[in-house]
Amino acid sequence: MALLETKGLGITFGGLRAVGDFEITIGDHELVGLIGPNGAGKTTLFNLLTGVYLPTDGDVLVEGKSVVGLKPYQIVEKGLSRTFQNIRLFKDMTVLDNVKVAFHHKMSYGTANTLFRIPGSKYWKEEADIDKKGRELLALFKMEDNVNDMAKNLPYGKQRKLEIARALATEPKLLLLDEPAAGMNPQETKELMETIHFIRENFDVSILLIEHDMSLVMGICERIIVIDYGVIIAKGTPEEIKKNEKVIGAYLGQ
Amino acid sequence: MKKRVEYLITTGGLTVLYLVIMLLIVVGVLNGYYVGVIIAIGINIIVASSLNLATGFLGQLALGHAGFMAIGAYGAAHLGKYLMAVLVMPDFIKGIIVLVSCLLFGGILAAIAGLLIGIPSLRLRGDYLGIVTLGFGEIIRISIFNIEAIGGARTVLGIPKLVGITQIFILVAIVLAALYLLVRSRHGRAIISIREDEIAAEAVGVPTTFYKVYGFAISAFFAGIAGGTLAFYQGLIDPKKFTFMFSVEIFIIVVLGGMGSFTGTVIAAILLGVMNELLHAVDNWRMVIYAVVLIAMMIFRPKGLMGTYEFSLVKVVKDYIAKRKNQKTT
Repeated sequence: MALLETKGLGITFGGLRAVGDFEITIGDHELVGLIGPNGAGKTTLFNLLTGVYLPTDGDVLVEGKSVVGLKPYQIVEKGLSRTFQNIRLFKDMTVLDNVKVAFHHKMSYGTANTLFRIPGSKYWKEEADIDKKGRELLALFKMEDNVNDMAKNLPYGKQRKLEIARALATEPKLLLLDEPAAGMNPQETKELMETIHFIRENFDVSILLIEHDMSLVMGICERIIVIDYGVIIAKGTPEEIKKNEKVIGAYLGQ
Repeated sequence: MKKRVEYLITTGGLTVLYLVIMLLIVVGVLNGYYVGVIIAIGINIIVASSLNLATGFLGQLALGHAGFMAIGAYGAAHLGKYLMAVLVMPDFIKGIIVLVSCLLFGGILAAIAGLLIGIPSLRLRGDYLGIVTLGFGEIIRISIFNIEAIGGARTVLGIPKLVGITQIFILVAIVLAALYLLVRSRHGRAIISIREDEIAAEAVGVPTTFYKVYGFAISAFFAGIAGGTLAFYQGLIDPKKFTFMFSVEIFIIVVLGGMGSFTGTVIAAILLGVMNELLHAVDNWRMVIYAVVLIAMMIFRPKGLMGTYEFSLVKVVKDYIAKRKNQKTT
């Protein structure tokens, strides 16, 4: 069974068809790139998959079950997690707390336990557990020295990394990255590519990547989907995409 | 350092502070008038920290806390009057039982009101939510004026006076401890993440709608407790107290102290409480002076006195020990 499958997915805003007839299948441990010119509907598609928008037609299946109509936080529980094009960190929280928020849905102690912290109770166990997990996760991303820094004080590249780490903390099966290389210099982009490789080696997760940076997409994705005006115009390996005339037309004009 | 030791240090610090205040009263430095001022400040600390949870930590503009306080005050006062007449037991024990049960009752009534107002209106943001809560506060006030059964526009008299300096000290300590513990938990992190970025919070698995209502209801609960405390301290309730301007005064305490700092709220409540007494001579100008202070604050220190910093006795002790160790090694 495919991890993620969409069937005829589409959304219409007023008279504008932003995404239509979108069909995609992503299996376990795949890295799929999604590219397209500005305004092609890439981020809209992410918003459809993560429950921010309700599709006007079609269906989204995660491991065979429809997630249409679920709230974004419920879709996180199903195993989809995302980052944002313009970084959205909890700026006035520490780096560690940013990650800890993402463990929220895995924890279960209640309000009474919060107020009466009896030794040996669930509160201490769960908090110690996520403290350890959070630090380990940040250490994997080489941010162990930043755990107590405010997120807003991190350099740009590390903010991107933290956002990805936070998304991974929800323990997703599919990670959706929305233009992670936006605003990065070539050096930072290179580091990002290494980070993505690293995630693939160390986490059991598939990745769907939106990107403008062609070298990044062509360099790391096994499969690429190209969309324009909300519909898929090409699918295939990087080599096939490079030669596809429709793609060249969409990007360079005819 | 073990958690148990940390809690002991905090409790010890509070005990010392309490003993100092009691000593000053016994010696005669603090007379009845000053004690009254301290109690009023204590009540303001409770209600302002509860508002800080909704505004500073959850990030929702709430301008109707006087309304929640009124609900708590009326609920606690009427149940208190009834229980005092019905219960037969030694006065001291009766006082404690009535105080605790009535404050909880008032708090729960206010929390229910918080739920009722929160569920439909927390989809709104910023100014809009402010206007709804403001209107809600007025609705409560006008309703009380028109419900004869609970006293109408008349002052409610004959409420047992159960709150003195000791009770207020304990109540403030309990409320601050509860709020502090709440903020430093998974629930607190969820609440703060909503203030920081609602969309991102939802995207990492925080049920934002639930936590907005949750935070708002808890905030209302403690505001209700503050109302009950006020009623049991004064022995009467003046329905004319719970106006919009009173909500604004509470709001000013939060903004001055720092959105997201309970320490700041305590300091600002003390400062404004003292200032209030000094400004008795120019009472008409009080709000003008408040406004000037607020404008100056927004220009020179928009984060409030403390920003999001929290004072911690444990941290002070830890730093001191670390310093001593350093001196020994060098």
